[in-house]
Amino acid sequence: MAKQIKKQRIKVPEQDPVARIHNFNEVALGYTWDLAVEEASRCLKCPYSYAPCIKGCPVNVNIPGFIQKILERDIKGALEVIHTTNSLPGITGRVCPQEEQCEMNCVMGKLGDKINIGKLERFVADEARKQGIYPDIPQVEKKGKKVAIVGSGPSGLTAAADLAKMGYDVTMYEALHEGGGVLIYGIPEFRLPKEIVRYELKFLKMLGVKIVTNVVIGKTFSLYELLDEYDAVFLGTGAGTPKFLNLPGVNLNGIYSANEFLTRINLMKAYQFPEYDTPITKGKRLAVIGAGNVAMDAARSALRIGYEEVYIVYRRTREYMTAREEEIKHAEEEGVKFMFLVSPIEFIGDENGNVKVLKLIMNELGEPDSSGRRRPVPIPGTEFGLEVDAVVFAIGQKPNKVLYQEVPELKTTKWGTLIVDEKYRTTMRGVFAGGDAVRGEATVVLAMGDGKKAAKAIDEYLNGEPWPEEIKPANFW
Amino acid sequence: MFEILAKKELAPHIKWIRVKAPLVARTAKPGQFIVLRLHERGERIPLTLYKWNKDEGYIELVFQEVGKTTYEMGTYGVGDKIMDIVGPLGKPTEIENYGNAVVVSGGVGAPIGYAVARALKEAGNHLTVIAGFRSKDYVILEDEFGKISDELLITTDDGSYKRKGFTTTVLEEYLNQGNKVDFVFTVGPVIMMKLIAEITRKYEIKTLASLNPIMVDGTGMCGACRVTVGGEIKFACVDGPDFDAHQVDFDELMLRLKQYNREEKLALERYLKGGA
Ligand SMILES: Cc1cc2nc3c(=O)[nH]c(=O)nc-3n(C[C@H](O)[C@H](O)[C@H](O)COP(=O)(O)OP(=O)(O)OC[C@H]3O[C@@H](n4cnc5c(N)ncnc54)[C@H](O)[C@@H]3O)c2cc1C
Ligand SMILES: Cc1cc2nc3c(=O)[nH]c(=O)nc-3n(C[C@H](O)[C@H](O)[C@H](O)COP(=O)(O)OP(=O)(O)OC[C@H]3O[C@@H](n4cnc5c(N)ncnc54)[C@H](O)[C@@H]3O)c2cc1C
Ligand code: SF4
Ligand code: SF4
Ligand code: FES
Repeated sequence: MAKQIKKQRIKVPEQDPVARIHNFNEVALGYTWDLAVEEASRCLKCPYSYAPCIKGCPVNVNIPGFIQKILERDIKGALEVIHTTNSLPGITGRVCPQEEQCEMNCVMGKLGDKINIGKLERFVADEARKQGIYPDIPQVEKKGKKVAIVGSGPSGLTAAADLAKMGYDVTMYEALHEGGGVLIYGIPEFRLPKEIVRYELKFLKMLGVKIVTNVVIGKTFSLYELLDEYDAVFLGTGAGTPKFLNLPGVNLNGIYSANEFLTRINLMKAYQFPEYDTPITKGKRLAVIGAGNVAMDAARSALRIGYEEVYIVYRRTREYMTAREEEIKHAEEEGVKFMFLVSPIEFIGDENGNVKVLKLIMNELGEPDSSGRRRPVPIPGTEFGLEVDAVVFAIGQKPNKVLYQEVPELKTTKWGTLIVDEKYRTTMRGVFAGGDAVRGEATVVLAMGDGKKAAKAIDEYLNGEPWPEEIKPANFW
Repeated sequence: MFEILAKKELAPHIKWIRVKAPLVARTAKPGQFIVLRLHERGERIPLTLYKWNKDEGYIELVFQEVGKTTYEMGTYGVGDKIMDIVGPLGKPTEIENYGNAVVVSGGVGAPIGYAVARALKEAGNHLTVIAGFRSKDYVILEDEFGKISDELLITTDDGSYKRKGFTTTVLEEYLNQGNKVDFVFTVGPVIMMKLIAEITRKYEIKTLASLNPIMVDGTGMCGACRVTVGGEIKFACVDGPDFDAHQVDFDELMLRLKQYNREEKLALERYLKGGA
C-alpha cells in the first residue's frame, strides 16, 4: 500500500469536564470536515457483501458507502446512503452502543483502532442539518390505505417514515405534548440535543406523516376505534413504566424514578426553573441506584443541576455494570463517585417527609444467577447510612400497559411485553408492535430495526398476506 | 391549542372555564381528569373534569388559584388558548346502584364530587351530598348539587352559611341518625378524606377516595403520583385516582404534596411580582 494508514482514531473534540458539568451543552463536540475526512480515510472500504461493520449494524447501514461519500465531500450523497436504511442518523450516531455493533468487528481493529463509525455517521447528519439538507423525498403512488402508529419513539418514527415512503397515509399518536419518546424526555440534552430530535420530526412531517400529540391510546381513543378507522396499527409504546423497590420509606420526597427525574429536567426544563415552571429537588448529595446508561444519565444530569456529590450505588462490581464504557468514562471524568457491592435497604426521612439518609448494606458476590452474573449476597451486620438530599431509582422499566389493559385480545409475556411473531404481528389481527414494548428495555437502533421490519410486514399484510391462525412467539434476544 | 369558550369566577380565587377539547369530551367519564400545560414554559398540572359535552366538543373545569400555574390560568380569558390538554386520564369512578350513596366533598373537591354524584344519581342511587366550605364566600355549585341530590347538606367551617362544622361532623351525625349508607365517595383536602375514611371504616361502608398527588405525565411513565394503598405502591394516574379509602396511606400523601413547597412559593412570588 502506497499510503500509510493511520493506526489511531482521529480524536473527537470534547467539552472540558470541569466546564461541562455546569451546562447542558453536548459533551462530544463532533468532527469538523477535515477531521471527518481524515478519519474516513482510515477505512479500508471492505466490499459490501463482506463488510463486518454492516453486518454488526442492526439496520445494516452501508458504512463503507457513506464513508466514501465523506471522502468525496458529498454530504447529500452520504446522507442518502445512510437514509436508505436509517432515517435517524443524527440520533444513532450519538446513542448507539457502537462498540457492540457496527464497530465491534471492524477490520481496522486488527491493524490499529477501529473506525469511529458512530461519530462519522453523526458528522454526516449534523453537517446536513447545518446546511438544511434533507434527503430527496421519493415520489410514490399513494396506496389509499391508512396506518396508525402509537408512540413516537424511535420504533414508531421509523415505522412511520418507511410506511409514508411506501405511499401509506400515516398518522402517529403520542401521549405527551411533544414527539420523540425517550429521545425527547429521557436521554439528556448533553448527549442528544433536542434540536436534533425536532429536526428528524420535521422530516417525518415533510414525508406527509401526521403527528398528533396529547392523545393517549386506550384513553382518548381505544385500540378498537383505531382498528375501525385504520387498515393497520403499529404499537411502539415503549417500556416507560419505572420500577421501584418496595423498601421502607420509598415514597419519601426527593426519591425519584429516573424517568421522572429526567423528564422534569429534559422535557420540562426544570434546570431552568423558575424561568420554566417545573421544579426539581435540589441539594448537595444525590445517590443513583443502578448502573446502566439510565443511571449514568441521571447522575450526570444531577451534577448539572447543582448537586455537588453524586453517587452511583450498585449491588455488584464494576465489571457487571451495564452502562456503555463511554458513559462510564464521562461520568468518572465529571466526578461521579461509584459505590460497588452495596444494596439499599431503607430510606429515612425528616419530619417534612424529605429523604435524608439512604441505608445500605454491603454485599459479596455469590453463585451466578440465571443471567450468568454472580449474585450479590448481603453481609449481615454491615449496614450503614449515606446522607442524601435525593435518590434516583434507575433499576429498570417495564412496558406501560395503559393501552392494552382493556384489550384482552392482546397477549403479553410474564414480563408484560407484547407477544409478537417474527413478523411483528401481535395476537390481535391488524396490530403490529416493536421496540421496547416487545423487547423490554433495549436500544434506539434495535427499536428502529423493529420499526423498519414491522413496516415491511405491514406492507405485506396490506397487500393481502393472510393473518396467521396462531401467532408463534418470536424470541428477540 | 385549546380555546377557552367561557369563564366565570365562582368564588374568590375559584374559577370555572369551558374549553374546547372535543377529543377529551368524546369519551370522558365521571372521576377522570386531564393534564394541561398552559404554554411553552409551563408545567403539566392535573385537573378533574367537572362537566363535558360530547356533541359540542367542550369540557368544563373548576380550579382554585393556589400557585403559579393556577394563578396564571386565572388571568386567561375567553378566546385565550391553553397549549396542551391531554385526557381523559385515570380510571373512571366505579358507578353502580349501591343503594344509598353519599358524596362528601371539601372545598374545590366539589366539582369532582359533582361529576361522580350526578352519575350515581343517574345509576339509581338515593343520593346524599355533604359539601363543606371554608365560609359563605367560598360556597360553590350549590344549585348544581341541589338539582341532582335527594339530600344536600352544606356546611361551613365558620358557620357563616347553613350550618357550622366540618363534613366529618355532618357525616357522623347523618350516620348516627340511623341513615343506612351503602357507599361513600369522598374528595377534597387529604386530611378530610383521611378522617372520613376513619368514620366509614367504623361503620364498614365501602368508601372510595379520589386522590390528588402531584403528577407530571399522567400516563404511568414517571411515578411522581405514587401512593401507598394496602402496603403496595400504586400510580394514582393510571391505577386511580380513586382508591379504597380504607387502604390508603393518607399521611404519606400529605407529606408528598409538600414536596415542592419551597419552589412553589418562590415561583408564585416571582409571578405575582410580574416575573414571568
Ligand atoms: C434515560 C435513558 C437513556 C437511554 N440511553 C440510550 C442510549 O444511549 N442508547 C440506546 O441505544 N438506547 C438508550 N436508551 C434506550 C432507548 O431509548 C429505548 O430502547 C428506545 O427509546 C425504545 O424506543 P421505542 O420506540 O420502543 O419507545 P420509546 O422511546 O419508549 O417511546 C414510546 C412512546 O410511546 C408513547 N406512548 C406510550 N403509550 C402510549 C399510548 N397509550 N398512547 C400514545 N402514546 C403512547 C410514550 O409517551 C413514548 O413517547 C435509553 C433509555 C433511557 C430511558
Ligand atoms: C387527579 C387530580 C385532579 C385534580 N383536580 C383539581 C380540580 O379539579 N381543581 C383544582 O383546583 N385542583 C385540582 N387538583 C389539584 C391541582 O392539580 C393543583 O392545585 C395544581 O397542580 C397546582 O398548581 P400550581 O402551579 O398553581 O400550584 P403549585 O405552585 O404547584 O402548588 C401550590 C400549592 O398547591 C399544593 N398542590 C400542588 N399540587 C397539588 C395537587 N396535585 N393537589 C393538591 N394540592 C396541590 C401545593 O402543596 C402548594 O401548597 C387536582 C389534582 C389531581 C392530582
Ligand atoms: S445505526 Fe448505529 S450501529 Fe448502525 S452504523 Fe449507525 S451507529 Fe453503527
Ligand atoms: S469494517 Fe471497518 S474498515 Fe471495513 S468497511 Fe467497515 S468501517 Fe471500514
Ligand atoms: S403522573 Fe407520572 S406516573 Fe402518574
